[in-house]
Amino acid sequence: MDQEVEQFTFDFYNEKAQILGGSSEDLKIKLGDFAGPLDLLLFLIKQEQANIFDIPIARITEKYLEYIRLMKRLDIAVAADFLVMAATLIEIKSKMLLPRDPKAEGEDDEFEDPRKELVDRLLEYEKFKSAAGMLYERSTIEQAIFTRGPIDSDDNNAEINATVFDILTVFQKVVARHKEDIKMEIEREEISLADMIKNLTRRLHEQKELSLLTVFEEMRSKRELVTAFIAVLEIVRTEGVKLMQRKTFGDIVLKVS
Amino acid sequence: METEESEKIHRSPVELMAIVEALIFVAEEPVTSKLLGEVLEEEKGAIDAAVEQLQQDYEARDAGLQIREIAGGWQMATRTELHEDVRKFLKTRPSAKLSLASLETLAVIAYKQPVTVPEILEIRGVQSASAIKTLLDKRLIIARGRKEAVGRPMMYGTSKDFLLQFGLKDLSELPSIEDFEDLVT
Repeated sequence: MDQEVEQFTFDFYNEKAQILGGSSEDLKIKLGDFAGPLDLLLFLIKQEQANIFDIPIARITEKYLEYIRLMKRLDIAVAADFLVMAATLIEIKSKMLLPRDPKAEGEDDEFEDPRKELVDRLLEYEKFKSAAGMLYERSTIEQAIFTRGPIDSDDNNAEINATVFDILTVFQKVVARHKEDIKMEIEREEISLADMIKNLTRRLHEQKELSLLTVFEEMRSKRELVTAFIAVLEIVRTEGVKLMQRKTFGDIVLKVS
Repeated sequence: METEESEKIHRSPVELMAIVEALIFVAEEPVTSKLLGEVLEEEKGAIDAAVEQLQQDYEARDAGLQIREIAGGWQMATRTELHEDVRKFLKTRPSAKLSLASLETLAVIAYKQPVTVPEILEIRGVQSASAIKTLLDKRLIIARGRKEAVGRPMMYGTSKDFLLQFGLKDLSELPSIEDFEDLVT
């Protein structure tokens, strides 16, 4: 949400974002991609033809918030950074409304304009925005210059330097290696339900008690597990054994009754 | 040529110009005078003089090619003005451009390098994570180690590809960032 949406084709000069004025009823806008809150702020200052060194903070804040509301109404995710700037603007605006400390009178020179930090940031940002424009121009010019394509060299086109006999030798080696491959056959171990029942019953009678958790954990495949489960159900049904659970969610024990 | 290593080859300036031209032509990347000097066993000064003469010759006859200095080396390329016909022949169009956000981020990195993500945020006033990723993917910037500060953030700087794609000899060819101040009003 607080990340910019990357846009790969962008015409630096033609696709500038702008708000084409209008009343609150009939708002015509061209929503471009403001590069960030500072970009939006610079745009608003220019649109209002305000002096960057003497920003009419109330008017600009209002316009800024209007834009944010508009973004929200259009269901555009408002990046967190835009909201931070809104808060900064409101803070500056309220500071400017506060009457100055009468005691501080006479120290006019030291009175710091609450807008100063923001103006400094805007000026700093605008330099880099211009630098971005310069880079855009440079890359455009650069795209009009072509170098030759890659030349076939050993590095980018490794040729095979081999005779038919070389290839034959290699082929024989491959064949020989193939023969040596030990073939392993894996047999599927399958245990029938009858065997499983027999097995479990024997263990149950030897041990008197059988933890189901242990039994199931011994199983090595899904198939075995299913067989074991059915076997347990079958044993409980036919052999007169009890299933006991000593505490809630505890292990279930198979017990000879 | 390796057999002649012992005795120094004497080339006339014209011969040197010819061989330098040939090597710049075949070189995959911009080739430095230093490397040409090493291969040809010539003084760097002689190589520079040969390249300069070549450049003048190309210009004098309004050639379709130019020899230009880029990313610290010499490169042979078509002349800018001919791009329309070259494109028509190659059937290519200008490739995808960077977004405004990426360009801004790149500008900050180019001028402030090595620079960390929080420092970029400070200047741009907006998160630049996706722009940085794009720039890394396009190899325009590279990681330059970590800053000895809280959290040891990664520092970024521009790459050689940056110089190539923006047609720069080196970083000092970028106009000073203070020059942009005049535009601000």
